[in-house]
Amino acid sequence: MLDRREMMKHAAMAALAAGFGSAKAFALDTVTLPFDNGERPLVKYPQKRPMIGLTSRPPQLETPFSIFNDGPITPNNAFFVRYHLADVPLDIDPDKFTLEIKGKVDRPLKLSLKEIRKLPAVELVAVNQCAGNSRGFFNPRVAGGQWSNGAMGNARWRGVPLKTLLDKAGVQQGAKQATFNGMDGPVSDKTPDFVKALDIDHARDGEVILAYGMNGEDLPVLNGFPLRLVVPGYYATYWVKHLNEINVIDDVFDGYWMKSAYRIPDTPCGCVEPGTAPKATIPINRFTVRSFITNLRDGAKLRPGETTLKGIAFDGGKGIKEVAVSIDGGKTWTPARLGKDLGKYSFREWKLPVKLAAGAYELKVRATNNAGDTQPMEPKWNPAGYLRNVVEIVRVTAA
Amino acid sequence: MIRRFLLATAAIAGLVFASANAASVSYTLPDETAAFKPGPNLEVVQNNCTACHSADYINTQPRGPKFKKDFWQAEVTKMIKVYGAPIDDADAAKIVDYLAATY
Repeated sequence: MLDRREMMKHAAMAALAAGFGSAKAFALDTVTLPFDNGERPLVKYPQKRPMIGLTSRPPQLETPFSIFNDGPITPNNAFFVRYHLADVPLDIDPDKFTLEIKGKVDRPLKLSLKEIRKLPAVELVAVNQCAGNSRGFFNPRVAGGQWSNGAMGNARWRGVPLKTLLDKAGVQQGAKQATFNGMDGPVSDKTPDFVKALDIDHARDGEVILAYGMNGEDLPVLNGFPLRLVVPGYYATYWVKHLNEINVIDDVFDGYWMKSAYRIPDTPCGCVEPGTAPKATIPINRFTVRSFITNLRDGAKLRPGETTLKGIAFDGGKGIKEVAVSIDGGKTWTPARLGKDLGKYSFREWKLPVKLAAGAYELKVRATNNAGDTQPMEPKWNPAGYLRNVVEIVRVTAA
Repeated sequence: MIRRFLLATAAIAGLVFASANAASVSYTLPDETAAFKPGPNLEVVQNNCTACHSADYINTQPRGPKFKKDFWQAEVTKMIKVYGAPIDDADAAKIVDYLAATY
């Protein structure tokens, strides 16, 4: 937490930046995301390649979409960054770091990173996606972080099952939820700290991981070094970064970030009539099914003839069963060939050779998961701009 | 000399590991670049809003007729009621006026 003096210092620094107005000189370049007011600086942060800068304090960085065409794993230095509160831990000593497990447990624990790393480790490839990924495409537009499609990534996470540590601590009967708090915090003590909760059975399902490794390396600082929660299939809001406190409770957590924020309409589609308010809401949970073409951008021009369309698909953990592609705006569909299966929580690559004679095309891709869930042809809407999974359209011209 | 140069380079890169053994990590965020647009009551906005977040939180919001006074009033109210921003009523009104007029 910063004190009042530091808060004023921030204000003064920002005022200074505003005064000279030369801010853009530091940006490498700008990119324009495909929605109104979508101009963003391309920014360079330590441990990151040039990223699309959404906000600088707290930092939010979007992955340039072309990265998703490079392979099913998103490199650590291209992985998106999203913080809620500006007191980001910037000096972290992993030798002094401890994770505390307390509350309704028989044996409260305080574990060092070394102790956690000594426990039997698991690895899992899983997509992490911001609840508001693609919010900028909502129509009507909604307030919030105006992301394009790059607030997602897929990594091989390495760590200890949360179940191992909860069992070690001995969860008491009557426990209902576990809450998760990280080292990042608010600037003002009046701002609700970022704390999330999972039902205790979910926390103990064996799939939720306390991860210290990401794609064979330590977590990058801005992705939660030295330890973060990995909640496969669930939106990133639950993947608490810099995780150092787990509290087992015997009621339902009522903190702001569960009770008021990150809620979706309590309707089968998680949606409401555009522009209206939901009658009841529930905490956001699993990903909807999504798929993208990654090797052709909207507006691309290519030579007539054979071309191979390529992309990714993913869902909330049932696994991708089928990806179908349409080159005629959705009239006819052809199944694509699926790439290697890296697990039910991973991006699944797909490919389809098509012939495009000279002309204009509306390319569409639609994935279906093993539960039969698929993507809608028309976008669903909710006031917070969550869950977007409409069948995306890429318009290209062969000439 | 070379060592000093390397340290300086590392510091510029913004990520410093204290030593090879104790992997204490010190991360430096790049300087803030976003600025508020000129407009009425700009100073009030800078004094109140920038303590907790950078100007790009505002700059990047949707634009258009639906994103004028009511929209910004709701945002400012949220900052005060939900996030506990210590903004008095007079300043809140000025901030809403600035946002509605400028964005």
